[in-house]
Amino acid sequence: MSSLLSQLVVGLINGSFYALLSLGLAIIFGLLNVINFAHGALYMLGAFVAWGLLHYAGIGYWPALVISPIVVGLLGIVLERTLLQRLYRLDPLYNLLLTFGLALIIQGLFQIEFGSSGEAYEIPQPLKDYSLELGFMTLPAYRAWAMISSLVVYLATWYVTERTKLGSYLRAATENPGLVQAFGVNVPRMVTVTYGLGVALAAFAGVLDAPNVQVSPAMGADRIIVVFAVVVIGGMGSIMGAIVTGWGLGVVEGISKVVYPAASDTVVFALMALVLLVRPAGLFGKAP
Amino acid sequence: MSSPRVPGFISVLWRALWRRENRVFTVMIAALVVAPFLTYPVVLTKCLCMALFACAFNLLVGYVGLLSFGHAIFLGCAGYGSAHAIAVWGLPPELAILFGTAVAAVFGVVVGWLAIRRQGIYFAMITLGLAQMIYFLCRQAPFTHGEDGIQGVPRGRLLGFIDLNDNLTMYMFVLVIFLIGFAIIYRIIHSPFGAVLTAIRENEQRTTSLGYNTDHYKLIAFVLSAALAGLAGATKALVFQFATLDDVKWTMSGEVILMTLIGGLGRFTGPVVGAFVVVKLESYLAHFAGWVAVAQGLVFVLCVLAFRQGIVGKLSEMLKLPL
Repeated sequence: MSSLLSQLVVGLINGSFYALLSLGLAIIFGLLNVINFAHGALYMLGAFVAWGLLHYAGIGYWPALVISPIVVGLLGIVLERTLLQRLYRLDPLYNLLLTFGLALIIQGLFQIEFGSSGEAYEIPQPLKDYSLELGFMTLPAYRAWAMISSLVVYLATWYVTERTKLGSYLRAATENPGLVQAFGVNVPRMVTVTYGLGVALAAFAGVLDAPNVQVSPAMGADRIIVVFAVVVIGGMGSIMGAIVTGWGLGVVEGISKVVYPAASDTVVFALMALVLLVRPAGLFGKAP
Repeated sequence: MSSPRVPGFISVLWRALWRRENRVFTVMIAALVVAPFLTYPVVLTKCLCMALFACAFNLLVGYVGLLSFGHAIFLGCAGYGSAHAIAVWGLPPELAILFGTAVAAVFGVVVGWLAIRRQGIYFAMITLGLAQMIYFLCRQAPFTHGEDGIQGVPRGRLLGFIDLNDNLTMYMFVLVIFLIGFAIIYRIIHSPFGAVLTAIRENEQRTTSLGYNTDHYKLIAFVLSAALAGLAGATKALVFQFATLDDVKWTMSGEVILMTLIGGLGRFTGPVVGAFVVVKLESYLAHFAGWVAVAQGLVFVLCVLAFRQGIVGKLSEMLKLPL
């Protein structure tokens, strides 16, 4: 029982990363109609920027948590302005292929420089020495922090899109970009900023995850495929949908580690197949 | 008395081969027959396997408009199927290849049946997800031998008397398989069935309104594409005498997209050209280990941004020939 409960907590923590990544994907998809295949590579880049800041410049975790998303977000803005933007008139599949190519380049370059083994990133002070006693398990304070801070990020994202003026423009532009532009809103700039923000979320997840896992070039590739399955299951209709599905699947994955460990890699995909049978539009999606 | 007939026959054949719409195939086949005498046949054999794989993929993306991001499933599982059939059951090569193809077709039914429920980007993500699931299953299943793969598969004798251990004989055998697969795809595309597929690509709703059950057509096309990809995978396992996880991995699904894209999406001979380019590029970059992925990524970006018609599309435009 206690192993089930502790896997549940671990699942919630993993799920908060799925949710963070699918949140970024959903925001980008909403406005750009593009599935950002480079999301995993940029998440990896976020973790490496944090590692590099510490390793080469001695800048620690807390500043990196802010600097890395900004750096990666700016890179995202450059990519959107120079590359992605050229393909909006075409079938969205072309942008899928473009971002796939970008992911191969980014991941390949890091593979050449760092190999596939990965670098360790220390858990930052003051979280390193503390842990929470939950009765059935000892939860390292860092993991609790990762979960809580991602929760804060979801709430902030939800607030910005649902309760602010900017968010209302964003939602309107998702529905009808032409009309919003006619009202004098600079939609192309909004698209650029949205891509930058979505990508910054990926980098934030990368920094947050860096002390949990080995910082390695391949860390994004496997995770992003799971996140795609999460997105298929949840549908990209709503922010809440992305969060609930991300957490839910993290928990399911955690439970399967106790009940039937061999299936823990595949359970998310099996659920995806099941959801396609029962509700092809996804749990929170609108009918196609 | 019969002597005038022979040149007559030859000239009829020649005229048929050199007809405008057949010329490109004549040149291609002639080049493929001559090629192994000019260069090392093993790399060419790999090119042929990948070319058939890419042609099968192109049947789906180019003519039905479904971008599958999981075609490695069919290449890889058919490879496991034929390697297992030879190494464990001792089947002769021709039956093993048929068995591998059948395995891929079965996977095609299941994956296609699930994936055609969504379109466009979702279709791509679903096929990728299912491919990842099958990758993990292959890594765990006992008969695939995990990370090692099935090694040391004997090539054996074709039909009991043709020794396939000779690389040139093997090349010719694979060329025959490739041409059969190529001809099947040609037949599919230029049939009434193929016309419906193209109609689905252009406008699915209108095709439905004309009374076609588009889901049936898409599923059949998917299974055909999977089976032909499987034919390529089963043959590849026989040629290289092993089946490993590399052929089931998502990178392989990306590679086949790249081949088709370089050659020209929806161009009939495009994938063949693309496969030769990609395989050659890989063997050229083999000494610079990590750079293969970077080079592939760069080619992806360049093709998508500036070269969407592909090599064959460009050639066709320059020569004013439908290629």
